[in-house]
Amino acid sequence: MDKKIKVLIAKPGLDGHDRGAKVIARGLKEAGMEVVYTGLRQTPEQIVRSAVQEDVDVIGLSILSGAHTHLFPEIMKRLKEAGRDDIPVIAGGIIPEDDHQELRELGIKAVFEPGTPISKIVEFIEDEV
Amino acid sequence: MSDKDLEKLEQEWKENKFDKTVNRFGQRKEEFKSDSGRTIKPLYTPLDTEDIDYEEKVNYPGQYPFTRGVYPTMYRSKLWTMRQYAGFGNAKETNERFRYLLEQGQTGLSVAFDLPTQIGYDSNHPLARGEVGKVGVAIDTLADMEVLFDQIPLDEVSTSMTINSPASILLAMYKVVAEKQGVSSEKLAGTIQNDILKEYIARGTYIYPPEPSLRIITDIFDYCSKEMPRWNTISISGYHIREAGSNAVQELAFTIADGIEYVQAAVDIGMDVDDFAPRLSFFFNAQMDLFEEIAKFRAARRLWAEIMEERFNAKKDKSKMLRFHTQTAGSALTAQQPMNNIMRVTLQALSAVLGGTQSLHTNSYDEALGLPTEDSVKIALRTQQILAHETGAADTIDPMAGSHYVEKMTDELVEEAREYIEKIDDLGGMAKAIESGYVQREIQESAYQTQKKIENKEKVVVGVNEFTEEESKKAENLLKVDPEVEKQQIEGLSKVKEKRNDKQVKQTLKSVREAAQSDKNLMYPIVEAVKAYATIGEISDVLREEFGEYEGQYI
Repeated sequence: MDKKIKVLIAKPGLDGHDRGAKVIARGLKEAGMEVVYTGLRQTPEQIVRSAVQEDVDVIGLSILSGAHTHLFPEIMKRLKEAGRDDIPVIAGGIIPEDDHQELRELGIKAVFEPGTPISKIVEFIEDEV
Repeated sequence: MSDKDLEKLEQEWKENKFDKTVNRFGQRKEEFKSDSGRTIKPLYTPLDTEDIDYEEKVNYPGQYPFTRGVYPTMYRSKLWTMRQYAGFGNAKETNERFRYLLEQGQTGLSVAFDLPTQIGYDSNHPLARGEVGKVGVAIDTLADMEVLFDQIPLDEVSTSMTINSPASILLAMYKVVAEKQGVSSEKLAGTIQNDILKEYIARGTYIYPPEPSLRIITDIFDYCSKEMPRWNTISISGYHIREAGSNAVQELAFTIADGIEYVQAAVDIGMDVDDFAPRLSFFFNAQMDLFEEIAKFRAARRLWAEIMEERFNAKKDKSKMLRFHTQTAGSALTAQQPMNNIMRVTLQALSAVLGGTQSLHTNSYDEALGLPTEDSVKIALRTQQILAHETGAADTIDPMAGSHYVEKMTDELVEEAREYIEKIDDLGGMAKAIESGYVQREIQESAYQTQKKIENKEKVVVGVNEFTEEESKKAENLLKVDPEVEKQQIEGLSKVKEKRNDKQVKQTLKSVREAAQSDKNLMYPIVEAVKAYATIGEISDVLREEFGEYEGQYI
């Protein structure tokens, strides 16, 4: 049997909305993946440290506060510094479409908007890994 | 007609008409269910409501158990307060938005604070980076609050502030700003959210552990009962519990259970229930299931009245009256075909009005995409004005009463919520139930089931899983918070710190610490610290040192 895909679901910043993060975490688990959820208020350092320590295959960032424009570049920078920018990063939450291009340029593989079915995210992750 | 005759008639109708027609044409679904999963019958008749005693369980508006409304005249005397939650960037920008909304006919203010403010960090704190002014206005010191309410007469408007862990600090600032405007505290009307339990459950802006947090809350109850008699000391919130994924029954039950915990905490420190209970207020969500939502609001009033009388022996009517604010459901807004959200918000708002809300926030259609624009906020406000002035929905009191369906569901919701409350009592009350993870697990399970129902199309969301479009048109010109705001806010904070009297700041912070170490009311020294321009971060840090910090809990 193939090794399970391991995903880190992370909540960067001070945002407390984690319904989406938790629903996705459970959905990915039911799709056969191993999921680590960081909990709230994670700094970019903490997220990268967890990703490296847990040796995950994918990082999923959930944010609804608008602080992604500051936090996502920090996370991508630290991932590179840790030599783990090979881990694909995906994002979801309230992220205005205007910012998507900039985030993709940072190396974020996909930004999922509210209403995305979990099956679509599962498919995307399976293709990436 | 006797019930027996009616039973016979109903049986005949079912056999001769209904079943026959179903046999020929079938029904759209095998089972019809409400949002919270209750099976819905094809028809409700007087037989469904025959056991509901009108005087005991419904009664007239303004009379126990207040099922039909807390006031005898409801909207015939005064419409609900139209209160749009707003705040972004710095105090100056938000002040402009407030004045715009008041000019457009809004009747109350509602302040959204940014996350650093809500978690007790100054704008220059490392964890505040990227967050300043994003989900609300940034407030560091009294100087920001002075700008926020500039030229807004605080004796004429009522202000709601969505602030929880640092509620005492923001309340103190509001009081001092009013004083500077020449408005005395006893005239101030408004609400602080001040509901920490739902922060642990659903919203996440906690600072301190439950025990000291409850103490801060009861200090506020006590302070306001003496100094700010018109102020709503808490807004016990089901809104976020619902947004986190719960259903209507859970929203109702967990909110009331939170309320019980607060009342018990105040009674336990020796307060007389009738001294503080009249100033408790509530906050509910308006979701898409129109009739279940109306029934939920009616059930909430009855349930609270019964609990205040049975459990806490409240004597005053006002102590038993559940007054509430409503906000339409953010989680029901779709990013796809966003204009459809205008219709969703209209129906949700209608349920709140038919449910007898005291104030209402209608969401803007573009909020699944980002911060709402001035135009989209205006449409949201106009929606309320149309409901108020064009539809007649506000012209008679509790128009849904007597609907066999709504009356039956109101009664069922009370009973189902009571079952949850019993379970929570068995776990040792709400604080314990949260600690055990029970409440969070219940909500997460509902959230996941809802998602599954959307994915298998058991639950249709127009534009999302049905009636979809390839390239749906997105909202344009979303509001952006200028990245300069953070820099300016930090510079402003430095200037305030240079100008203030450091000795006075130190002294007042010392008094806050001493109060925290004793059982003296924290509000009085916090008011003095605020006057000395101590920052939110400085005051919160003193309390962090004394009370410790709550570690998040992940179920």
